[in-house]
Amino acid sequence: MSTYNVLVVEDSPTMRQLIVFALKRIRGLNITEANDGVDGLKKISADKFDLILTDINMPIMDGLKLVSLVRNDPTHKNVPIVIITTEGATEDRDRAMAIGANDYITKPIQTVKIIEVAKRLLNI
Amino acid sequence: MADQEKDQESRAEEFLQVFKKGAEFTTDLLKENERLRYQNLQIEEQLKILNSSAGEGAPSEELLKKIKKLEDEKTEIINRIKRVEEENIDFANRYVEIENENNMLANLYIASYQLHSTLDFKEVLQVILEIVINLIGAEEFSILLLDEKTTKLEAVASEGLSNSEIPSFELGEGIVGEMAKTGDNYFIDELAGYERDFNHPLVCIPLKIKEHVIGVIVIYKLLVQKEKFNDVDYELFTLLAGHAATAIFSSKLYTDSERKLNTIQGFIDLMTK
Repeated sequence: MSTYNVLVVEDSPTMRQLIVFALKRIRGLNITEANDGVDGLKKISADKFDLILTDINMPIMDGLKLVSLVRNDPTHKNVPIVIITTEGATEDRDRAMAIGANDYITKPIQTVKIIEVAKRLLNI
Repeated sequence: MADQEKDQESRAEEFLQVFKKGAEFTTDLLKENERLRYQNLQIEEQLKILNSSAGEGAPSEELLKKIKKLEDEKTEIINRIKRVEEENIDFANRYVEIENENNMLANLYIASYQLHSTLDFKEVLQVILEIVINLIGAEEFSILLLDEKTTKLEAVASEGLSNSEIPSFELGEGIVGEMAKTGDNYFIDELAGYERDFNHPLVCIPLKIKEHVIGVIVIYKLLVQKEKFNDVDYELFTLLAGHAATAIFSSKLYTDSERKLNTIQGFIDLMTK
């Protein structure tokens, strides 16, 4: 069975746990957690990921900055990125998609949606 | 005389011819008779066959009965398939329902795990704020705790608002005070068109340990994408409020005892030096 490396970048430990718990419902995922954008970048430089899920509003480096930096990284420029955020306005979504996000999920947590999007982007 | 003989001969000849024709006609008649008899026999046999098949009326009825039975069985099978299909739809709906319940329980487990992962009062409040944002989808809300001495509810943590903005409420005063007094949950009837009013919140959930209310969570605004409350939200609110209440209570006790311990330790140090 194939295994996929997934990175979850979220500053709130509760939200991070909720996302990880949702992703654990999918078999074959190797999940790595990061506290913010900078931590996420460190993890990305040390490993190869098949999917990245990130929040937008985070200290030190926000999710949108992280997305644009990942898109400039030759190893990860094509990796699917999912934004999970409280920002539900259409313009926020459009901005994130324009930067290079592949999908946009709004809070409150939607376990079913997270599983569905992750499976779709990983082609499981 | 000769003429007379000739005439007799020709008449005899004529008679002979007539007789021959009569004989031929008789032969033809006999042949025709034979043919007709044969045809008659054939018809009789056909009639016999027809009669015999008409005589098999009982098996034909049996066949009709069998057909009817099969038709009945077919109708029953169709009805059974319909019932199974209905059951399948029911199962699918129940599966979705159970899946949602499962997700809610899993989320609740994580939330309660996070709530009880610390005994630091401020951290507990922070976890509650995170839970209300991420699980409920609230944008502006506050946690108010009851001061047992003054019987007033005061804001101790808020999101989207500052604590100083939130008025304090006497126990029993307005919706917030009333919910703290009775221990009941309050949800506004109509979400659409609501504008923030501190005296008329969207939601007010008492933080209860058994029947003892220690405070309330009051919500004034939901995230823009959260248009209404789902069925699970009402359950989630109550369950979370119970966990939040015990987490707040125990962390407060711990913080107070820590402070007292430090004070006593200070005294002891002072006395022994």
